[in-house]
Amino acid sequence: MDAIILQILNGLDKGSAYALIALGLTLIFGTLGVVNFAHGALFMIGAFCAVTLQRILNISYITIDDTQKDFLGNPLKVESPYVKAWFGEDFGAALIDWSVPLAIILSIPVMLLVGYIMERGLIKHFYKRPHADQILVTFGLAIVLQEVVKYFYGANPIQTPAPGAFTGSFDFGVLLGFDPNVIIYPYWRLVYFAFSAVIIAAVFAFLQFTTFGMVVRAGMADRETVGLLGINIDKRFTAMFGLAAAVAGMAGVMYTPILSPNYHMGMDFLVLSFVVVVVGGMGSLPGAVLSGFLLGILQSFASMNEIKALLPGIDQVIIYLVAIIILLTRPRGLMGRKGVMED
Amino acid sequence: MSNSNFTRRGVIKTGAVAGAGLALPTIFTASSAAAFTNEPTGGSVKIGFNVPQTGPYSEEGLDELRAQELAVAHLNGEGDGGMMNTFSSKALQGNGILGKKVEFVTGDTQTKSDVARASAQSMIQKDGVIMINGGSSSGVAVAVQGLCQEAGVIFMAGLTHSNDTTGKDRKANGFRHFFNAYMSGAALAPVLKNAYGADRRAYHLTADYTWGWTQQESIQASTEAMGWSTVKDVRTPVGAGDFSSYIAPVLNSGADVLVLNHYGADMVNSLTQAIQFGLRDKQVNGKNFEIVVPLYSELMAAGAGSNIEGVYGSMNWNWQLQDAGTQAFVKSFGEKYGRPPSNAAHTCYVQTLLYADAVTRANSFNPCAVAEALEGFEFDGMGNGSTLYRAEDHQCFKDVLVMKGKENPTNQYDTLEIVETTPVAQVTYEANHPMFGGDEASLGTCNAG
Repeated sequence: MDAIILQILNGLDKGSAYALIALGLTLIFGTLGVVNFAHGALFMIGAFCAVTLQRILNISYITIDDTQKDFLGNPLKVESPYVKAWFGEDFGAALIDWSVPLAIILSIPVMLLVGYIMERGLIKHFYKRPHADQILVTFGLAIVLQEVVKYFYGANPIQTPAPGAFTGSFDFGVLLGFDPNVIIYPYWRLVYFAFSAVIIAAVFAFLQFTTFGMVVRAGMADRETVGLLGINIDKRFTAMFGLAAAVAGMAGVMYTPILSPNYHMGMDFLVLSFVVVVVGGMGSLPGAVLSGFLLGILQSFASMNEIKALLPGIDQVIIYLVAIIILLTRPRGLMGRKGVMED
Repeated sequence: MSNSNFTRRGVIKTGAVAGAGLALPTIFTASSAAAFTNEPTGGSVKIGFNVPQTGPYSEEGLDELRAQELAVAHLNGEGDGGMMNTFSSKALQGNGILGKKVEFVTGDTQTKSDVARASAQSMIQKDGVIMINGGSSSGVAVAVQGLCQEAGVIFMAGLTHSNDTTGKDRKANGFRHFFNAYMSGAALAPVLKNAYGADRRAYHLTADYTWGWTQQESIQASTEAMGWSTVKDVRTPVGAGDFSSYIAPVLNSGADVLVLNHYGADMVNSLTQAIQFGLRDKQVNGKNFEIVVPLYSELMAAGAGSNIEGVYGSMNWNWQLQDAGTQAFVKSFGEKYGRPPSNAAHTCYVQTLLYADAVTRANSFNPCAVAEALEGFEFDGMGNGSTLYRAEDHQCFKDVLVMKGKENPTNQYDTLEIVETTPVAQVTYEANHPMFGGDEASLGTCNAG
């Protein structure tokens, strides 16, 4: 029982990341009709916003310490962050410690700008082109973006730890009547789950309860009619692209303490997220969220030793098996609109 | 009754003509072609550096490339000579190899076996390289070594730690300076016993490819030999990213040690996540839960940050060693690139010099003559103390370093500390050891092309 609860918890944070990326993908597909293979790169750029802020906060002045030597035997250059000098030792250290959550503030304008440039500069030219062209161009863009990031940040993963207040684990087992240390779960993963729930709720609330969101939803349902009413739906859809980029970026920022950022991380999530979108139903926002969590939990269960003993390698293929079954039995996905993908 | 036109004279004449006809192309070939693959004819000789320049191990590949370029400079008499000044063999004079200026071409393995083979093939066929050096993966090393054997060039392996490279997949044209998984186990086990006791239960997470399998087998064998038991070995996909679903079952498995048979980004992620799950804060079986990372690299240690503090592992070499060879290399490398070299860089640098030295001692570029010069060659002054290139399997035998993540690092390079230098005798094994292919493993015969 304890193993099952643990894997459900694992699935929730994995599913949170899938759901956030898939939500953005669905927003873009639903509004602009574009299959955006560069969406994983947006997740990766978000993660590197956290790395960038961490580096900015760690910009240091150098003093020479004659009492210590560097690897060549020269006096050691000791680096001291400016933030500690400017804001005091304690506050400076706290700023550095909280660099990941603070990076959310940096990531929102950066991602909105990246999304805007991406959409206006490249993707809008492919709206009326076949999906194959869109996939090729966005996939190419993703590779370019990851190589640019690799050029500036290198290929190795970069540690971006969670704030000290969130290190360690929460003992769920004790809450549920188990012995101590039986079901423990890292605090930051709980934070990530809560964060993604808030973001998902905010996106739904924005679409559901604002005039802007209402127009976007109307545009998603019938773009031509909305246009005939004199509403510039293209402008709103461009804004939605920016919003999707910001959601992916924030998901990336907050994921950095779980998975040390490297230039390839977007690509690792992208394929899985597309499967999530297909299973949830192309264009269905609730479907994307539901299938994100569902597949995250399924993947975690498939990694259990007991399951792998029965079906070796199942952890590697479970998501794709589910996708095959869904596509065969319900091509429009779990919550897709009738007719979509069913032609 | 039948008539036959065959006569003895006719058969001999026909046979002679046919024989001459068949031999003709060979005679022409022999008189016009080189005696072996890519025999250097002009004033220069070209070698190939096949390293991951893109992909997940590209940081290691680029560090290898830095060291290889440095080795070429030293061979050509540029710079301060580095380890050529401390190398026990004094055959190299800084005038290239056998008086021919050393040139090099580079290839990108992308840490993919098929890409690495294609890249090596291109360097052999198009660029005419006579030796290939480099790589940061055992899968790649085994693939490229096989290709070099077929093509008739020497392969001086880079970072490859799987037992198979000089075990069941050993080749007459292939040579490995880097240590292997068996040696890691043999060096680590006594240190682990001293640190954590003889009564421990280990849980292995293992990268699912040749290197992970042989490392797990080696560590399990060496730790069980000193009294530990193995609770479970779970194979994990390479590049899994989030290992939480593999780490969670460790919590209640009864294990009190987690062995991470992961390398590169996988190791950084699995270690970080294991720490996040509070494994090192746990008490199991009345003991502190411990984590072991059998194979370390400086670049990985930097990626893992503070998570690596106090965690044991092993290395082929480390820039903090105090011998003259290490100091000469660190000085050369550090002054040129502003950073200490990794152990991947070190092994590629040493392999390049060892190849050049063997050619010089053999007075020939013929790969079979070079192989003969390397086989059974004993040397010193290259950072690992007295070292033997064993003839039976082309594996270097030397001391092994047991490392520990530094508790209070003082700068970005101060990530690991040397706990023990395990003497070579402790990590030596028979060439027909079962983990290395047993009696069936064979180098085959040298191929000169």
